[in-house]
Amino acid sequence: MVQYLAKRIGRSVLTLFIIVTLVFCLLRLMPVEGYFANYEKMSEAQIQAGLQSMGLLDPLPVQVGRFWRNALHGDLGVSHIYKVNAPVTQILAQKLPISVQMGVLAMLLSLVLGIPLGLVMGQYKGRWPDKLGTALIVLIQAVPAAVYFLYIQMYGTAAVGVGLLFNAANWRYWVLPVCSMSLANLAFYAMWLRRYMVDESNKDYVRLARAKGVCGRDIALHHVFRNAMVPLVQYIPSAFLNTVVGSIYIESLYSIPGMGGLLVTCVQRHDNTMVQGIVLLYACVGIVGLILGDILMVLIDPRINFGKKEGGR
Amino acid sequence: MFKRACSRQLEAQLNTLQKDGPAAWATLPEEELFTPAGFSSQQAEATASTSYSYWGSTFRAFFKNKLAVALLAALAAVVVFAFVQPLLPGQADPNLCAVDPATGIQYRNIAPGQQGFLWGSNSIGQDLWARIWAGARTSLTIAFFVAVIEAAVGITAGVLWGYVRGLDFVFTELYNIFDNIPTAIVLILISYVATPSIWTMILGMSIKGWIEMARFIRNQILIIRDRDYNIASRCIGTPTLRIVLRNLLPYLVSVIMLRMALTIPEAIGNEVFITYIGLGLSVETPSLGNLVNDGRKVMMQAGLRYQLLYPTLILSFVTIAFYLIGNAFSDAADPKNHLQ
Repeated sequence: MVQYLAKRIGRSVLTLFIIVTLVFCLLRLMPVEGYFANYEKMSEAQIQAGLQSMGLLDPLPVQVGRFWRNALHGDLGVSHIYKVNAPVTQILAQKLPISVQMGVLAMLLSLVLGIPLGLVMGQYKGRWPDKLGTALIVLIQAVPAAVYFLYIQMYGTAAVGVGLLFNAANWRYWVLPVCSMSLANLAFYAMWLRRYMVDESNKDYVRLARAKGVCGRDIALHHVFRNAMVPLVQYIPSAFLNTVVGSIYIESLYSIPGMGGLLVTCVQRHDNTMVQGIVLLYACVGIVGLILGDILMVLIDPRINFGKKEGGR
Repeated sequence: MFKRACSRQLEAQLNTLQKDGPAAWATLPEEELFTPAGFSSQQAEATASTSYSYWGSTFRAFFKNKLAVALLAALAAVVVFAFVQPLLPGQADPNLCAVDPATGIQYRNIAPGQQGFLWGSNSIGQDLWARIWAGARTSLTIAFFVAVIEAAVGITAGVLWGYVRGLDFVFTELYNIFDNIPTAIVLILISYVATPSIWTMILGMSIKGWIEMARFIRNQILIIRDRDYNIASRCIGTPTLRIVLRNLLPYLVSVIMLRMALTIPEAIGNEVFITYIGLGLSVETPSLGNLVNDGRKVMMQAGLRYQLLYPTLILSFVTIAFYLIGNAFSDAADPKNHLQ
């Protein structure tokens, strides 16, 4: 287990290194106006001097090396357009908490609603609760999130009675974003849980329990459900990534002052250092999420042993 | 001689009778029921092997699914119409801002069905009907190319990954790295760095998708590569390429079709997402993403909601249809479902 974890973390660090270096190199290809707040008014000489002082005219390997040295010291550079000369880390630190709160709430909500839905669908396989649930899942999975989020906002804001400008102190403003963000994963959990429930309930131990006279509800909850949850846990990491990605769209849609909205703003305003910092953070979040998912899987099912040769997951 | 003729006759009788079931047998006289039926070598042969055809069974299973067939017909109609629409008479140019000749002002936000605008006009007087079909063309083209590129690269890489043992390590590590990156981040980065065009979009969307396809293929190939019939093929010296094309890939048709069918809704959705972020195609190239985004800007005005409704209707229909047809087809193409 320890060996596996060490390997897993080592690989993740390598991944992170590759992603961030690639991102850094790619962003060097961007036009330089993303480094100056008042690019239009500057003369050619001023621009060159500015680039020189920021070290952007150095050879690429030197820049990458310096970037990593600074990043490891907790310095991701300064924003040039979004907030002139404010350190990127400081801006991110302000924006991160609300995103994390919202993401965690959405994850919890999708688990709390998705698992009972999958359970009910598995129990009533082929009857109307199953059909209804399947229709909902198909709708959520097939229609792009970018479209149904809009409809939720369009009809939801009036129904919940909130204005367009987000207000973190009022719980009503949290309802729509959190619900929208949880939908994709809700469908995901319900679909897989239903499938595993159906698979499990055809196995011998279920037949034995039934033969012993255990009532149907106990079989479903104590036998089938517990076993069906094991493969499901495997999907929690990717569900986590879904939430992260959903937050980019949702936050900017509801003008929530979080990371996702910030990314959209910075992309639109071509603030290179900010984009770089946010992408780095998103990559970290994704990687940490996947590691946690793997650990969770080992905790929930002691039979899984990653120390052995890893199969294709 | 006579006995054989007799038995044949009896057998023919029995064959017709068996169709009617036990109820019909009851009317037979007892002695006929207890006469040996005789042996027909032809009939014995007939039951030994059935003429099984993979594609025949696949299509038979698919056409049993009435919903999928209806959707397929409707989807085909929509796709064909989207590409034929500009050739039809009396269609407006999707980028033309129609101007009212009497006042010299553009036809702004005309409600659907009025003044010749079947689906209304947008805020600068462009015909939504023409724009939506042009947008559907763009989005479908993008989605189609993404699906094809993903399939081509993914299948090649997946076969190498699964079949060539030496490459397993390389691809697995590559996958572990790729899998950790959120797709949206890749999309945003590629579109941020490159100038927005149809091709950069296709590149951004397929740059991560192929490895997902490759992994599906690889897992399937690992399962079937060492089955007896493949070992036999290898022993008698069948070239590897032929083993892959003839022995392995036909098994994977259902997986490949499902992935391709699901890639299309994903690509269409990604285009909407990228456009929303502001990295999409320019407004001169109508796409469903552009139209949804334009509709979003006016969606809080109840009278203008049609500008969001029509593009999303077409978009949702196309994505749901691809999703359901893909699932139905992959069920039908799975040989496990052919035993009946």
